[in-house]
Amino acid sequence: MMGRSMWKYLVNVQAVTGRRLVIALPLIWLAVFFFLPLVETLQVSFTLPRRGIPPYEPLWGIDDDGFFTNFTTGNYALLLQYWSDYFGPAFNSIKLAFFSTLVCLLFAYPMAWLIARSNEKWRTILLVLVMLPFWTSSLLRIYALIGSLNPNGFINAAGLWLGLIDAPIQMMQTDFSIYMGMVLTYLPLMILPLYAVMVRLDADLLDAAADLGGSGVQIFRTIILPLTVPGIIAGSLLVFIPAVGEFVIPALLGGPDQLMMGKVLWTEFFRNRDWPVASAIAMLLLAILTVPIIYARYQDGRDAAAEKPNPKQAEAG
Amino acid sequence: MGRMNGLVLSFGALGFGILYLPIIVMVIFSFNAGKLVSVWSGASLKWYAGLLENDQLLSAFGTSLLIAVWAATIATIFGICIAVAFVRFGNFRSRLALSAIASAPLVMPEIVTGLSMLLLFISMESLLGWPSGRGVDTIIIAHATFGMCFAAVVIQARLRDFDMAIEEAAADLGATQPFIFLSITLPVIAPAIVAAWLLAFTLSFDDLVIASFVSGPGSSTLPIVIFSKVRLGVTPEINALATVMIVVVAVAVIGASWAIRRRLSSRDQNQ
Repeated sequence: MMGRSMWKYLVNVQAVTGRRLVIALPLIWLAVFFFLPLVETLQVSFTLPRRGIPPYEPLWGIDDDGFFTNFTTGNYALLLQYWSDYFGPAFNSIKLAFFSTLVCLLFAYPMAWLIARSNEKWRTILLVLVMLPFWTSSLLRIYALIGSLNPNGFINAAGLWLGLIDAPIQMMQTDFSIYMGMVLTYLPLMILPLYAVMVRLDADLLDAAADLGGSGVQIFRTIILPLTVPGIIAGSLLVFIPAVGEFVIPALLGGPDQLMMGKVLWTEFFRNRDWPVASAIAMLLLAILTVPIIYARYQDGRDAAAEKPNPKQAEAG
Repeated sequence: MGRMNGLVLSFGALGFGILYLPIIVMVIFSFNAGKLVSVWSGASLKWYAGLLENDQLLSAFGTSLLIAVWAATIATIFGICIAVAFVRFGNFRSRLALSAIASAPLVMPEIVTGLSMLLLFISMESLLGWPSGRGVDTIIIAHATFGMCFAAVVIQARLRDFDMAIEEAAADLGATQPFIFLSITLPVIAPAIVAAWLLAFTLSFDDLVIASFVSGPGSSTLPIVIFSKVRLGVTPEINALATVMIVVVAVAVIGASWAIRRRLSSRDQNQ
């Protein structure tokens, strides 16, 4: 009897430490390799640049004279001073990301509807067609787009051959090429959440509305649209947030006029080697994205709360 | 409804066209004999043959593969931990902290993640002497970090559907928790674990921005090499490389969805 309860106690201790370990391992890893780096970036954004390796002074430290600090708000002052060089790209990023989200929605909505309303066989095929680009490298897809949009690329060549245009159209290095790149990259992220809400939509509801004489537009406005709003919000956040910080698309498809924050940060870091300013830009980017990110988390939390945690599962763990 | 259906159909078709036309054009021109990318001058496989002789691309491919395998494996192990903690442990004390820190990387702009990781590695090096310089190991750490958050999402979804009665039966019969987890839970969620590993692998293999920040001399990954070549213009050689990579992914994705479909339909028949 004694031995048995001892055994049970040992198993219990083991289970509790095991449980702690399961929580602690990822928590510590993410604290060290995700949270600390952000703190470090915040620190560097308030320090002085210098020539050397690394190209910035330590923010604070202790030397022979005791505590010292290199705290400065100069990097942020610089962003303000050269307003058009830094905030211009910031506004441009928001503008391009916003309209990219709209264009994605414009295409994704009918695409998701087609997938949700087709029979089982076609649904599988179309879903694979949507997922396929998602699994392939976005760098290569953007590269493929260059081959089509170039002045001597496929679209211009086809247009000339068919006699639709007399001279090649400049499509690369314009807002148009940026939007094409964004759609190509982020369309699947918009389609999937829309599809998820559309496939749950009750077909009887639509039939009933049609039987009662509702027109297509009426049914769309009063039934389909309100019921798919959660999908629209989720998809828009999934597109908008990464689009604001996008680097590859403006770097490869945009010209000098299509400056976005990601590209400006990259230039400050790699070309000008001004790491403190690059860090300040990173903080500005995060500040811009705080509202949509928190909103996305809030949406997430609501979904999780709606699912109701199973008390039995909690007990068994 | 007729006019609207037409509109839906044409916009939907146009959307699929935008997704696929550039890729199809690129695949076709990868077989072009000439160096010009828009003028067809006969079919040839010479760009594919050239790939096998390009040492720079081959070694970058090896580096990327090594990094992606390690990063995906670490990410999956930690992803399982996160998923198990969320789905099974109820309201533990650090739940809020873990959920915030495990979901923030999902929405963090890559360029911020890359920069901040590099700054951390540099200050760690000056404080602890580790990591000395940057290379394959720092890229693995960076990729594993965001990979585990995506892996956790995939595994969580499967773990939520799990039928707890099986585990309870095993517990009633006297099995210990670790034994139950290894012999029942893991095999049941195995497909989700494989999917999570593949997702983390792909994210790592395709990453350009984060790797650019945390890589060192001699640890150029395939996307870094491709990016530096693409900046100079479209070349038939990259067309060939991209075609190979896209075909490999396409075969894997189509094969996997075909296998899942077959398994699902055979399960339906059994019931």
